[in-house]
Amino acid sequence: MSKEIIICENLNKTFETSRGSVPVIDNVSLTVLKNELLVLFGPGQCGKSTMINCMAGLEPATGGSVLVGGQKVVKPGPDRGVVYQRMALFPWLTVMGNVEYGPKVRGVPKKERRERAQHYIELVGLKGFENSYPNQLSGGMQQRVGIARAYCNEPDVLFMDEPFGHLDAQTRYLMQEDLMKIWEKEKRTIVFVTNNIEEAIYLADRIVVMTNCPTTIKKEYEIRLPRPRNYVDTEFLKLREEISAVVDKAL
Amino acid sequence: MKKKKDYIWILSILSIVIFAGIWWFCCDVLKLTNSSTLPGPATVVNTFIKKLSSSAPDGATLPAHIFSSLKISLGGWALGVIIGTPLGIFMAWYKKVDLFVRPIFDLLRPIPGLAWIPLMIILFGIGITPKIATVFLSAFVPCVLNSYTGIRQTKDVHLWVGQTFGADDTQMLVHIAIPTALPMIMTGVRVALGAAWTCIVAAEMLASTKGLGYMIQQARGIYRPDIIICGMIAIGAIGAVFSGILSLIENAIVKGVRRDG
Ligand SMILES: Nc1ncnc2c1ncn2[C@@H]1O[C@H](COP(=O)(O)OP(=O)(O)O)[C@@H](O)[C@H]1O
Ligand SMILES: [Mg+2]
Repeated sequence: MSKEIIICENLNKTFETSRGSVPVIDNVSLTVLKNELLVLFGPGQCGKSTMINCMAGLEPATGGSVLVGGQKVVKPGPDRGVVYQRMALFPWLTVMGNVEYGPKVRGVPKKERRERAQHYIELVGLKGFENSYPNQLSGGMQQRVGIARAYCNEPDVLFMDEPFGHLDAQTRYLMQEDLMKIWEKEKRTIVFVTNNIEEAIYLADRIVVMTNCPTTIKKEYEIRLPRPRNYVDTEFLKLREEISAVVDKAL
Repeated sequence: MKKKKDYIWILSILSIVIFAGIWWFCCDVLKLTNSSTLPGPATVVNTFIKKLSSSAPDGATLPAHIFSSLKISLGGWALGVIIGTPLGIFMAWYKKVDLFVRPIFDLLRPIPGLAWIPLMIILFGIGITPKIATVFLSAFVPCVLNSYTGIRQTKDVHLWVGQTFGADDTQMLVHIAIPTALPMIMTGVRVALGAAWTCIVAAEMLASTKGLGYMIQQARGIYRPDIIICGMIAIGAIGAVFSGILSLIENAIVKGVRRDG
C-alpha cells in the first residue's frame, strides 16, 4: 500500500527566455505514495503547473530527476494522465469520442474501448451524454469528461491541474464531493493542484505547501480527518487557519 | 419561436421583390433610360427564357455557356483544393516543408489569378488549358492560406493531451491538428470556389469561344444589354448556389464547433 510511485529528487526548472533565465522550481524533493491523493497547494503563478508538466514529461527538468513507477521521466506517456483546468477537451469529438481517445491511440479494439469508456462515463455521472459535444455541456460536466478521459486510459498516476479553478462555488463543491466518490470507488494516485485552501483540505491525504516563485516546498501536512469531510467542522477550520497562515501571498 | 423565424424569411424575399420593383418602375414606367441601354426586368426575363434554347446571337444556348464555364471552373477549383489544402497542412506542420515552399509561395501569392492569363495564353493558346491553369492558381492560394492558418491554430493543450496518451506525430496531425483546422479549411474551400467562379468569367471575357464571360463579351459587341444582364444573373445565381451548397456540407462536416462563436 505505501509504495512510492512518484519520486522527485532535487527537481529544478529554469526557463530560458529572451529576457534571461527564469528559475521556477527550486530544488524540490517529493515522494508520492501509491493511491495517495496529494495536493500541491500554493499561490497563483508560483510554479504549480510547471511542477505538473515536469512530472508528466511535458517540460524537461533542468536539474534533478523525476521517477514514476521506477522509470525516469523523459517524455509524456500513457502511464501519466493529466486533467487540465479548461478547454482541453477536443471540441470536434463527442463525450464518448473524447473519453475513448486514449485507448484508441493505443490500439485497443473498438468494442473493448467503448465498454471501458462507457464505464468511466457512468462513473463520472454522465450517462446519457455519450453523444453530446463538449460545447453542449456545462463547465462542470466538461471537467467530468476530462476526468473520465484521463481515467479511461488507466494511467498509474493522474495529475489534475486546478481542474475546478474556473467553476462557480456551488459547482466546485459538488465536483469536489464527486471526485472523492470517484476516487474512493476507483483508487488511483492523484496529484491535485489547487490554490484554494478549502479544496485542498477537503480532498487531500497530504498537502504540500509551495512557496512563491521560484517555488520550493514550504511545509507538508498529513490530513487525517475522516471522509467525507465537513467544511465547517472545527478540526477542518483549525487546519484551514493554520495552513492559511503558512502559505505565501500571491505576488 | 418557429413561427417568427418563418416570418423573418419573408424579409429576404421582399428585398429581391423590391429591387425588381424599383428596376421595373425606373425602366418600364418612368422610362428613365432608353430600353436599348438598360432594359426592364420583363425584357430580361423574356430574353432569359429565349436564351435557354436559342443559340443566337453568340453561337450557343445559355445552358451550354453555363456548362462550359462550370466545367472549367469546377475542374480548376478541384485541382486547387486537392493540391493546395494538403500543401498548406504540410507547410504548417512540417517546418522543413514550410522553409522550402514559403519563398515561392510568398512571391506567387500577391499575383491575382487574372494576371496569369496573358502568360497562360502565350503558353497554352486560348483552349481549355490556360483557363484551367488560371482558375487553379486563384483557387490554390486561399486553400493553402486557410489550411495553413487552421493548422497553426491547434491548441498546445490539445497536443499535450495527445502526447500524454502516447500519440505519435502523424496521429497528432490527423487526430488533433486537422480536426482543429477543419472549419478554416472549409472556409478556404468556399473562398476558393468563389475565386474560381469569378476568375473563369473574367478569363472568358479575355480569351474564349464559349462560356458565360464570352457570352457577355459578345453581347456587349452587338449592343445587347438584355443578354449581358441575363449572363450576370446566371453568374450571381450560380455563385450563390455554390456558396449555399458548400455551407451545407460545411455544417455537416464541422461538428461540435459553434460557428457563430
Ligand atoms: N514556458 C515558459 N517560459 C517562461 N516562463 C514560464 C513558462 N511557463 C511558466 N513560466 C513562468 O513560471 C512561473 C510559474 O508558472 P506556472 O507554473 O504556470 O504557475 P502556477 O501554475 O502555479 O500558477 C510564472 O511566473 C511563469 O511566468
Ligand atoms: Mg497553473
